[in-house]
Amino acid sequence: MGKKIGVFVCHCGTNISATVDVEKVAEETKKNNPGVAYTTTYKYMCSDPGQKLLRDKIKEEGLTGVVVAACSPKMHEHTFRNAAVKTGLNPYHVEISNIREQCSWVHPDIPTGTDKSIDLVRMMTEKTRKDKSLTAIKVPVTKRALVIGGGIAGIQAALDIADGGQEVVMVEREASIGGHMAQLSETFPTLDCSQCIMTPKMVEAAQHDNITMYTWSEIESITGYLGNFDVKIRKKARSVDLDLCTGCSSCWQVCPCKKIKSEFDMGIGNRTAIYIPFPQAIPSKPVIDRENCILFKDARKKNIKPNDSKVCRKCIDACPIAPVKAIDYNQEDEIVDVKIGAIIVATGFRELEDGLYGEYGGGKYEDVITGLQFERLASASGPTEGKIKRPSDGKEPEIVVFIQCVGSRDPAKGCSYCSKTCCMYTAKHTMLYKHKVHDGHAFVFYIDIRCAGKGYEEFSQRAIEEEGATYLRGRVSRVYKKGEKLIVLGADTLTGSVVEIEADMVVLASAMKAQDDAEQFAQKLSIQYDKDKFFSEMHPKLKPVESSSAGIFLAGTCQGPKDIPETVAQAGAAASKVLALLSSDELEREPVVARVDRQLPPVFSTCIGCFYCQKVCPYSAIESEDIKARDGSVIKTVARVNEGLCQGCGLCAATCRSKSVELEGFNDEQIYAEINALEFN
Amino acid sequence: MAEETKFEPRIVAFLCNWCTYAGADLAGTGRNQYQANVRVIKLPCTGGIDPLFLIKAFERGADGILVSGCHPGDCHYNSGNYHARRRWNVFRPLLEFCGINPERIQFSWVSAAEGGKWVETINGVVDTVRALGPFEGYQKINAVGSDASGEAATSGDTG
Repeated sequence: MGKKIGVFVCHCGTNISATVDVEKVAEETKKNNPGVAYTTTYKYMCSDPGQKLLRDKIKEEGLTGVVVAACSPKMHEHTFRNAAVKTGLNPYHVEISNIREQCSWVHPDIPTGTDKSIDLVRMMTEKTRKDKSLTAIKVPVTKRALVIGGGIAGIQAALDIADGGQEVVMVEREASIGGHMAQLSETFPTLDCSQCIMTPKMVEAAQHDNITMYTWSEIESITGYLGNFDVKIRKKARSVDLDLCTGCSSCWQVCPCKKIKSEFDMGIGNRTAIYIPFPQAIPSKPVIDRENCILFKDARKKNIKPNDSKVCRKCIDACPIAPVKAIDYNQEDEIVDVKIGAIIVATGFRELEDGLYGEYGGGKYEDVITGLQFERLASASGPTEGKIKRPSDGKEPEIVVFIQCVGSRDPAKGCSYCSKTCCMYTAKHTMLYKHKVHDGHAFVFYIDIRCAGKGYEEFSQRAIEEEGATYLRGRVSRVYKKGEKLIVLGADTLTGSVVEIEADMVVLASAMKAQDDAEQFAQKLSIQYDKDKFFSEMHPKLKPVESSSAGIFLAGTCQGPKDIPETVAQAGAAASKVLALLSSDELEREPVVARVDRQLPPVFSTCIGCFYCQKVCPYSAIESEDIKARDGSVIKTVARVNEGLCQGCGLCAATCRSKSVELEGFNDEQIYAEINALEFN
Repeated sequence: MAEETKFEPRIVAFLCNWCTYAGADLAGTGRNQYQANVRVIKLPCTGGIDPLFLIKAFERGADGILVSGCHPGDCHYNSGNYHARRRWNVFRPLLEFCGINPERIQFSWVSAAEGGKWVETINGVVDTVRALGPFEGYQKINAVGSDASGEAATSGDTG
């Protein structure tokens, strides 16, 4: 029995009808395609009356297939399929013929456009003839979210999901959560203390019943798919038992290795080998830095187990926990398996590498520091307890030069993009400096001042007008040392003069870069990233928190430079997406998946079991299935597609030697129907 | 020979849904005009294109074929376009062996953001095939089948 196909040609106002004779398209289609039972044209098919027309005609004419000749299927395929569903027609009998984007808009000549449209409609009509009813695939959802990264983005997302009543697993690779925000002294534009607003959130996350936290841990692997991810978490050996340790501080107070550069203080402060990164760390339990601890060094040299080394056992001796000490030198990495329904990636950024700008003395002169190092200097919990002192000699700097756009907006050497936060944090730095060194002078070299945000412009004006920072529009060519001073050579392009400043300290507003391992990490997750290695959102405007992979969302600076309010907003948005996902027990997926020919009885399956399909499948969606006789003996082994894993690329179908795999919605019959409809001859 | 000068090549383009099809849409959104000789067949991924589809298109009278998908590394399905390229590398010498000028089948990467590149690509294919002239290999074989004269059976593509 043939299908009764209806063809609806849209004028799209005049977008189509101006260059395509839509009436002729409808007429010719009706005349030359015996299977076409009904054709019409309409001004706006996607409008409510247009959709009603479609629904009414499906019912009145008893249509079993529909072709809408209109805009790209990317625009309204969904709309028209949904309209068809309301009449009881299976949505996969509805196809779109793209006569706008790929015809009327690109071919101004009416006869040419009309002829091409007739061809395109005929091809789609023939495909529709072969369309089969498909039902959406239902996959169960694991009601647990994974948040990767424990900075402000990760914490906010985890709290929002946990408050929404769902379980969250949070993974942070450092010893404490907190991320970069915990390092900041004060935040713009309100100058409230970063720690004061951050640490309560950290505590809340740590104590939340719905949040399981893994610090000093990394993602080992992620497999599976939307709703059903299998995640392996590597708990790196901390050398400290988190359950036993009370965080009493006895161990790190006695540690003899006191001159290790603190990562948290960006190298301007020191820490011990057994340490907590900062006093408000969560968990406030130490970790042993195995690279620098003399006991581990000794064990490596002698090739013995760490616990057998007798070089230094001060920390374990000092540990008051009894009878079993909380410190375990022999502790090994542990792999934890968790089942996850949805993932939020919040892995953050890193500061531009020190030393890239040798002409500014970065990495060469101690008193040339980065923005984050200045944050640590200004922070009350920092190595100087908030006093602004030069790293080289501890003197209070009388003149500080701030250089903006170090790395940012410099495609030749750094990155082409604007790091977005530096204009504001430099303004903040000048204020913090002036508040602490009242007679000090702050000079800022800038290209442009970009302070677009609520209260931002006012804040930077305040730095200039009220706090007296001197802003010079121009770039710095060189910073060099002369005695105790740093000579900054720059240009003031507004007066057209060369400026030379004898500074005591130079602060570089270094660019925000993607994490060093962002590329490998993106590959581990199968998500896309841009040229700067920031993770790509699904759509720059309409899907800003979705990654390119279903069920994986993005929050914070791993997606691109942004400030704290934006990060928090994005994290909240990602969390709401996850909550929506986890709110249902089952998810519906498009049934565009591959199927292996599976006749009854199954022994007649045409699959020959070569498993070439398995080799090409990017999703490991091809499984093997034994076809057994009654006595249980295996007759043959054939391929089977796991619908949950299959993403519908069709690689297996094109690879199959016995033509036993078909891609639903794009099966061979449908494609050949389209090709055969090419009436070239 | 008036017909010869009027020859308009017939091109079939097999495009992946995510990159080149979207790129072709973008050319439309940007109103970038190009030659109307192409008929597009959309598939999820270039990796899912069976070489027999291309042969079938020639049989149906196509003079040239374009296969276009995502740039290396950008495949929506991670590696589909690599498989397509590999398959093409094997298929190309086979075409040559059969006497079909491999220039009649072109392979390209056009991303969803490259409307302009789509226009260049498709115009390039049309111009190349126009210069090659009509593809008559299949008609000749068909003619052999129908009247059994045998004279054109081995001539293959003249372009």
